[in-house]
Amino acid sequence: MSEQPLFKVTIDNITVEVPAGTTILNAARKIGGDVAPPAMCYYSKLEGSGGKCRTCLVEVSKGSEKDPRPMPKLVASCRTTVMDGMEVKNITSDRVMDARSGVVEFLLINHPLDCPVCDQAGECHLQDLSYEHGKAGTRYEFQRRTFKKHDLGDKIQLHMTRCILCYRCVFTADQLTGKREHGVLDRGDHAEIATYIEKNLDNEFIGNVIDVCPVGALTDKTFRFKNRVWFLKPMDAHRDCPTCSGKVTLWNRGDEVFRVTARKDQWGEVEDWICNTCRFDKKQTSDWVIEGPRLIDRHSVISQGHYAGKVGIHKPTETFEAVHGGRQPKLLMDIHSVSEVNKPEITLSKLDRPAHSTDFTSNKD
Amino acid sequence: MQALTNRGKQVSREPMSFMERIYLPNIFKGMAITFSHIFKKQPTIQYPEQKREFSPVFRGLHVLNRDEEGRERCTACGLCAVACPAEAITMEAAERMPGEENKYREEKYAAKYEINMLRCIFCGLCEEACPKDAIYLSETFAPANFTRKGFIYGKDDLLIPDKNKAPEEYAAAKGAARV
Repeated sequence: MSEQPLFKVTIDNITVEVPAGTTILNAARKIGGDVAPPAMCYYSKLEGSGGKCRTCLVEVSKGSEKDPRPMPKLVASCRTTVMDGMEVKNITSDRVMDARSGVVEFLLINHPLDCPVCDQAGECHLQDLSYEHGKAGTRYEFQRRTFKKHDLGDKIQLHMTRCILCYRCVFTADQLTGKREHGVLDRGDHAEIATYIEKNLDNEFIGNVIDVCPVGALTDKTFRFKNRVWFLKPMDAHRDCPTCSGKVTLWNRGDEVFRVTARKDQWGEVEDWICNTCRFDKKQTSDWVIEGPRLIDRHSVISQGHYAGKVGIHKPTETFEAVHGGRQPKLLMDIHSVSEVNKPEITLSKLDRPAHSTDFTSNKD
Repeated sequence: MQALTNRGKQVSREPMSFMERIYLPNIFKGMAITFSHIFKKQPTIQYPEQKREFSPVFRGLHVLNRDEEGRERCTACGLCAVACPAEAITMEAAERMPGEENKYREEKYAAKYEINMLRCIFCGLCEEACPKDAIYLSETFAPANFTRKGFIYGKDDLLIPDKNKAPEEYAAAKGAARV
């Protein structure tokens, strides 16, 4: 009594059965692992997304059971639906890997590569993509496209130079908030994300454009330059929010909440949209009920930071007295009495703007 | 039992011969070696006055570099800190304000930068990780100190003096051998 027929697809010699109308990308994600093509613009939660970045190109070596001819060109897997008996090559095809490295080169033509400055570094999809599929050098010899910095409202920073025009944020604003005030202006090389006449984006859910952005074009201004993601400890937390589900990931250092984001699944997609109040205004540990540490892929750079401040609730205990039978140490240096970093009187996470030289007045120069 | 090396020697328990018993030949042999060293080249140098040349790969005290215009290169990207196996480096970043372009090279900079020299093992991984050529291990030593407090090096200890404004201090910070 199945209302939809199941189609048999073979992707990289692994066969799965998926309902008709599934795209190749989603069938590959069902297998998971390396077989799933990378996607920069496709977002399963946004209708109409996909088909723009071309990173998910795959080779269809057999069209279907009825028409076994291969497709002449590589196809975008996020936009192509499966057919019964289709055979797809992703990582087993040299053509695909070659085309993908070409796509990465194109995506990086105008990308500034300012990863040391960018807040997205460490969780940037473009960074991962170019690391896995890109070439070490660039053949581009011309001036890179540059834009002035825009402020989209007082909480969202837009760096148009980093944008790869995936349209995800436009779809998010359109479908989630129903009151879109930004879009893509101009054409071709001049195309840019902008608000019409610098309008503020004020909507309860507009903060989600930060999470859907695959690069560092849209970043959280309350977190800007505060810390690197790999020095923070991601924790699952929730709160009783009247507007959204309230299920978030907190990015802590010690007891300070540096950043609040939505929870992201293994494809880097948001599980539950969260509202602006949760994202920008609730920067106290007491606002949240902490469920536990967020599971992070151990190959991710986020799990590489080991500094003691990252451990979170657990504070290191002094064992000297217990080991020496109650004898107090004669000389004991508390690092916080000397260190200038992480001073208790300067709480960076409480600022709703990036720190400036005025916040560090004790500096000599 | 199997020997660990083939260099072991059986201890001789035989009684000493006459030449061995009088000791004098061996004593004179030893004295001759000592005496001959007076005429050999002295390997010792008088340290504070004389200084030995460092090897080009020597890893000494860290410096934070400036660019040609004397602006700080460090952007507080945190790669040195994440590369550091001893967890010695900590920092806090800030945004450059308008009017500070002559001080900082990029829009983000390290407002605080600290190396705990008690933890540092001078492995040079921070230098290797730096994408901005900002941190270098110079050819100088970390000076000794009477308290542990003196080993927490802040930005005013690490930042190299401006080459254009104070060339002599710049050369001293870089290390004597590489002027």
